[in-house]
Amino acid sequence: MSKSYTPGLKVLGKTTIQKERLLPLKGKVHVDNDQRVDANHIVASTKIPGNIQMINIANELNIDADQIKESMLCNIDEPVSKGQVIARSKGLFGFFKSEVKSPLDGIIGNISDVTGQIIISEAPVPIEIDAYIPGKVNSIIDKEGVVINSSGMLIQGIIGIGGEKKGKIKILDETDSDLSSIDNDDILILKSTLSYNLYQKINDLNIQGIVCGGIDYQTLTKILKKPLGVAITGMEETTTIIVTEGFGEISMADRTYQLFKENISKMASINGATQIRAGVMRPEIFIGSTDKSIVEDSFNEDKLAISIGSKVRIIREPFFGLIGEVIELPKELVTIDTETTSRVAKIKLNDDRCEIIPRANLEVILLD
Amino acid sequence: MKNQENINVILATDCGSTTTKSILIEKIDGEYRLSHRGEAPTTVEAPFEDVTRGVINAITELEELSGRKILDGEKFINTSSDTKNGIDLYISTSSAGGGLQMMVAGVVKNMTGESAQRAALGAGSIVMDIIASNDGRKYHEKVKRIRELRPDMVLLSGGVDGGTKSHVVELSEILAAANPRPRLGNNYKLPIIYAGNKEARKEVNKTLIDKTDLKMVDNIRPTLEVENLQPSRDKIHDLFMDHVMAQAPGYDKLKKWTHCPIMPTPGAVGEIIKRIANKEQISVVGVDIGGATTDVFSVFEDKFNRTVSANYGMSYSICNVLADAGVENVSRWLSHDLKESDLTNRIANKMIRPTTIPQTLDELIVEQAIAREALRLSFDQHKKFAVSLKGVQQERTISDTFDQTMSGETLVNMQDLDMVVGSGGVLSHAPRREQACKILIDSFLPEGITELSVDSIFMMPQLGVLASVNERAAIEVFNKDCLVRLGTCIAPNGEGEIGQEMLDYTIFVEGKKHTGTLKYGEMKVIKAKYIECKASFNLKGNFSIQNESIFESSVYGGEVGIVLDGRGRPFNFNMNTQNRKSLIDNWRNAINEYPNLEM
Repeated sequence: MSKSYTPGLKVLGKTTIQKERLLPLKGKVHVDNDQRVDANHIVASTKIPGNIQMINIANELNIDADQIKESMLCNIDEPVSKGQVIARSKGLFGFFKSEVKSPLDGIIGNISDVTGQIIISEAPVPIEIDAYIPGKVNSIIDKEGVVINSSGMLIQGIIGIGGEKKGKIKILDETDSDLSSIDNDDILILKSTLSYNLYQKINDLNIQGIVCGGIDYQTLTKILKKPLGVAITGMEETTTIIVTEGFGEISMADRTYQLFKENISKMASINGATQIRAGVMRPEIFIGSTDKSIVEDSFNEDKLAISIGSKVRIIREPFFGLIGEVIELPKELVTIDTETTSRVAKIKLNDDRCEIIPRANLEVILLD
Repeated sequence: MKNQENINVILATDCGSTTTKSILIEKIDGEYRLSHRGEAPTTVEAPFEDVTRGVINAITELEELSGRKILDGEKFINTSSDTKNGIDLYISTSSAGGGLQMMVAGVVKNMTGESAQRAALGAGSIVMDIIASNDGRKYHEKVKRIRELRPDMVLLSGGVDGGTKSHVVELSEILAAANPRPRLGNNYKLPIIYAGNKEARKEVNKTLIDKTDLKMVDNIRPTLEVENLQPSRDKIHDLFMDHVMAQAPGYDKLKKWTHCPIMPTPGAVGEIIKRIANKEQISVVGVDIGGATTDVFSVFEDKFNRTVSANYGMSYSICNVLADAGVENVSRWLSHDLKESDLTNRIANKMIRPTTIPQTLDELIVEQAIAREALRLSFDQHKKFAVSLKGVQQERTISDTFDQTMSGETLVNMQDLDMVVGSGGVLSHAPRREQACKILIDSFLPEGITELSVDSIFMMPQLGVLASVNERAAIEVFNKDCLVRLGTCIAPNGEGEIGQEMLDYTIFVEGKKHTGTLKYGEMKVIKAKYIECKASFNLKGNFSIQNESIFESSVYGGEVGIVLDGRGRPFNFNMNTQNRKSLIDNWRNAINEYPNLEM
């Protein structure tokens, strides 16, 4: 029988992960194979090209474009300083010469005798990549980066915003209005839905991130100052936010919350980057462990197949967010309320109710 | 691949961004017919990251339904050993991979820039930005923009052949200075297609050859009066297959399985739309609404146009539809009260869990409301961009060049439109054909007399690619099993007051005479099969059909029938429309859209 897979999110207390740490352009790798690194260790660096300025020398000197090379006082790849004379016309019988001075410090990138323009590039901007998670260098990708191996707790969210951050896990008691104990290196865990009011208060404290059960789409719109049209995130310049369950009033699954509680005050690496398209990327929270008992996690796709006994979350109305167990998988297609026919599953909810749910609306909860 | 006469069993798949669809076509009594259909979620997501997993699952479902063994592990069984098992031909289309994201450049934004944009859009690309010499941005701003966007490829155009070279060379210098990196993969050079002044090729080559994967094609505007898009489109297509699709996980493996090149889904649907228009000699608007994108195709006066609304879809891009249409435009189609936050959260949850389906009627109505807006927005974009192209070459007069933006508006003429064809999950899989019919009318707002049809089970992409290798099989299946005739929409032009008489009609259906009066704001359906029905309309007041007050025509019914749409054109309907909810309920009842809905 064909397998019915679901988009399962990992909620794993103990697992091993690999992270590729790649430069945007080729550069230098600073670590060796098998070297142990902490999350902040710089593993590779490069320089990205600086801003450029184009100067129309031909216009400035009132000459034809094809005469530009005769007038240039410096060559391609030559450094120039701000105010330095870089081009001079021959003038008339040696008189009435015109000059062009460089408006910036940089390097001559191009001299064009077609357009009469030159390009001056500003100094390159250095870029460094850190390890992001504590672990061991598993392999080196020549001039591009490294792969880091690590063991620990991994929780994937359903959507997030903001990029990579590191901080200490702190549970935020929703009944506690006193936020004075929050430090700016904290990652706050909120079991319920993040309101805009609470976000504003927390955001003023300059913390590293917030992990919450749910968020209202309109709250997210206010935070981003624009509606999120497509779930491709990670570049936002906001506090990193990771939502574990979805949009609306919804609490974090107990199992997920429990794992956070077991890791209070531990250092975590989080990333809100999400891409729900080809090559999906979910936001994540990782806490490294030194526990040697963690065995290599070999992912088995059968874990994502719905079967009798699977622990599942319902991911669509009218039972959105409820958790239960698969107790029956009818082979026949069933006509549901919309009059469409669908493959369904019979789910026993945590409150002992039983409901028929389209299999497409179920998500297997992956547990270790 | 076997020769055509010996092809009896055909397997075709379409790997969409959300779902992978499989169909089995068998020769039965000498005729090709669709025999079975299967589907499974597309598996480009982690942890699978291999599109072939979804393909195997969709094929496994076919095996279960048909009893025919197709796969032996990951190998296809050939029918030569056993006619009850195996297949003779395997073909596939794909839109997995996130689509093609391009940047285009032209010297004058409204001339070569716009031509380059049309070429890129026609090839199925998202156009991220148009860089032009006269776009008002400073050089460093252009460079910064190119670096930030990281397109999959760039189409560089500018200048007529033999004209001035300096501006297009300057554009190439900006590109060289930006030294852009491709969005996907770190190890290959960014493809740049040069389709500008052929006299500037040497200089452009010198500027870009070391830093980019530069390809030269014929000038997109060889003269001011001629627009030549096809060479650029063909090259974009080649590079799309080689560079972008190759980044979709598992694609390399899938490419080896198929008996002919994998075709991008929009290209395959376009092929079928062209064949409908050509075969029936009619003007057609076709739409394929997917999870990430909505493609609109049109053929008017034998001119084919295709646009891709890259960020309007029913799952991945659903929030973009919400953002661009606005909550009010989505809500106007709902007759039940739904808090704004509830509506937006439901839609956002579909975005992050794209493979879910509506379980309740309320959920279905919300999904179909947003489909109306996705289609409306996409059709608006199509009307804006589907300009007067003549296939390979487009003649323009000098006066047209001063008013480029108006040039496309004349092509999509709603009064000339003969047929709307809908495809994509939300239309093909609507539980009732009446729902698909009403969605098409509400979104496209046909004027006059327009036939409506849908792709029965969303198989046009597969038939599009099949047509390229076995046209007979594609046409037979298309006619018998794919195109579902819904009926004809009769929509007079003109505005009026609710209840005002619009027209008197007489329609003969299988010898039975149907007469009546259609009032403004009203919808009626006359049941009729897909047969020719003589009809005459006597229009009142300022109402007209094709500018006539008395109109006689042959119209065809279908699974829904002949729909009389008295809501007027232009159609003015919003949240403030008086009695909005009761109007919606009346229209639904007339069409029999949601008979099980409790009012």
